Amino acid sequence: MSGFFDIPSDLQNSYFGLIGLHLREALLPVLAGLLVSLPVAQLCVRFRWLYPPVFGVTTVLYAIPSLAFFVVLIDYTGQTETTVMIPLAVYSLVVLVPAIVDGVRSVPPETLAAATAMGLGPVRRYLQVQLPIAVPAIIAGLRVATVSSISLVSVGMLIGNQGALGNLLHDAQIYNRPLLAVNSVVTTAVLAVLVDAVLVGVRVLLTPWMPKERAAR
Amino acid sequence: MIRIDAVTKRYPDGTVAVDRLSLEIPDRAITVLVGPSGCGKTTTLRMINRMVEPSEGSILLDGQDIRQQPVNTLRRSMGYVIQNAGLFQHRTILDNIATVPRLLGWSKQKARERAAELMERVGLDTALAKRYPYQLSGGQQQRVGVARALAADPPVLLMDEPFSAVDPIVRKGLQDELLRIQDELGKTIVFVTHDIDEAIKLGTMVAVLRTGGRLAQFAPPAELLSAPADPFVEDFLGADRGIRRLSFFPSAELELQTAPVVAIDAGAEKLASRGAAPYLLVTDVDGRPLGWGAPDDLTAGEIDRDRLLPYGRPFVPGTDSLRTALDGAVLSPTGWAVAVDGEGRAVGVVSQQVIGEAVRAAHTAGRPDAKAAR
Repeated sequence: MSGFFDIPSDLQNSYFGLIGLHLREALLPVLAGLLVSLPVAQLCVRFRWLYPPVFGVTTVLYAIPSLAFFVVLIDYTGQTETTVMIPLAVYSLVVLVPAIVDGVRSVPPETLAAATAMGLGPVRRYLQVQLPIAVPAIIAGLRVATVSSISLVSVGMLIGNQGALGNLLHDAQIYNRPLLAVNSVVTTAVLAVLVDAVLVGVRVLLTPWMPKERAAR
Repeated sequence: MIRIDAVTKRYPDGTVAVDRLSLEIPDRAITVLVGPSGCGKTTTLRMINRMVEPSEGSILLDGQDIRQQPVNTLRRSMGYVIQNAGLFQHRTILDNIATVPRLLGWSKQKARERAAELMERVGLDTALAKRYPYQLSGGQQQRVGVARALAADPPVLLMDEPFSAVDPIVRKGLQDELLRIQDELGKTIVFVTHDIDEAIKLGTMVAVLRTGGRLAQFAPPAELLSAPADPFVEDFLGADRGIRRLSFFPSAELELQTAPVVAIDAGAEKLASRGAAPYLLVTDVDGRPLGWGAPDDLTAGEIDRDRLLPYGRPFVPGTDSLRTALDGAVLSPTGWAVAVDGEGRAVGVVSQQVIGEAVRAAHTAGRPDAKAAR
């Protein structure tokens, strides 16, 4: 019971169970971050003065160490996945809000003027023109947010083994099995690369309208 | 009819973009707003579909204030073409064109059928229907822009410098296409440009605006050229307005000479009989011009094609204007213009002197013929 994929029983999960847990803890916060970022970014586009303070706040939040978040949150949400995911969701804002703002702003002014002139109201303009054209920028932001989230989940180990694959790092120490640490690092990295590839695939499917040479990025 | 009534646009910072502008825009004709940058021409255009709201004054469409109908209803009843086309880059060409019909609640199929029909009307291959805008050239994109504006068959078309961003050859093609489409559809078109040549070529009426958004002159193009209202308009028209005005005089009346035209296979005696002219126009056996030759060279026997002088640019009497005829004469080293028929066969030659007399006659006859402009 000391192979590469043999997970100590204190983690109460198989190898694939840990992977599933890890993905959930990494992706749900990004999804939540996206749902918050979309309206926030739209407000920033609509009211230009709002963007610098919003950007400042998200940056400051990003600078708060996750441990500090845990200390505050643990009184409310306990030693749970939620306590891990809330800081991750907050961190994703620093990437997602600017990505969406830039994406929406990248819509050429003549395209917007044409949309207005054809009688598309503000809601249609946003949903049918600005958002679709911002998709490449939004997905670029999602890629960064997702990969960083996947790597950050491990820190959850500190609050009672809520770090999914990160827990293996701790177990590697207490059971003196360095291979578990290697497993943790390699699996996390592979997960990040695979999820990133999936996002690129989604981008390609959603944007058949992009010039191929630009899409190759 | 669109009636712009004492309209002023003043921005919060005090800038006046349009200053008490009044214009009566005739139905089923092209009215061009032209002027230097900052003259308020685009602002004026955008007030017609309420993308800009006037500070003072009103705009009437068929006698009704445009503020009386919902803004998006108004906009959907006016096609809009913009510089760089402003296509939706994430939609196919067909879906771009179908935008307004879809907004008006047409079924997807009906809207797409209409879009395909319009692609043909503006001279686009329907094979492009499933392409995306980035796969089209600038000129093609602009045609899509025109098709998109026409999709719901609006009575009014607003065009904001639509052809400014394409190269001159493509621009000329688009202008000719617009005139052709206009002949077929008879829309009320308001066209904004900073290019006075474009204004003169396209406009039935031309409004020249000066910086600060004031109307300098509102007249048909021929009148603009012959009688500019003030030094500003005169300056804006440029140095060669006299020459350009010739565009409005037909060349049909020019008296052509056929004696100096000889075929390349003409015999020596035939050449000798034409000896009076200083130069002879040599044509190929089908009658298409090859170049000018001096009678002495020609009578010497075989006609050497390489020694012929270039014949400039021929004109088609009746179709082309006096300007084209004069241009042909000026370009030709012999000072004679070559007249050809629709198939390019030489029908005669005419000298600069004869053209000059025609110009003088046209001036004394007074009003130029607007039709010849095209």
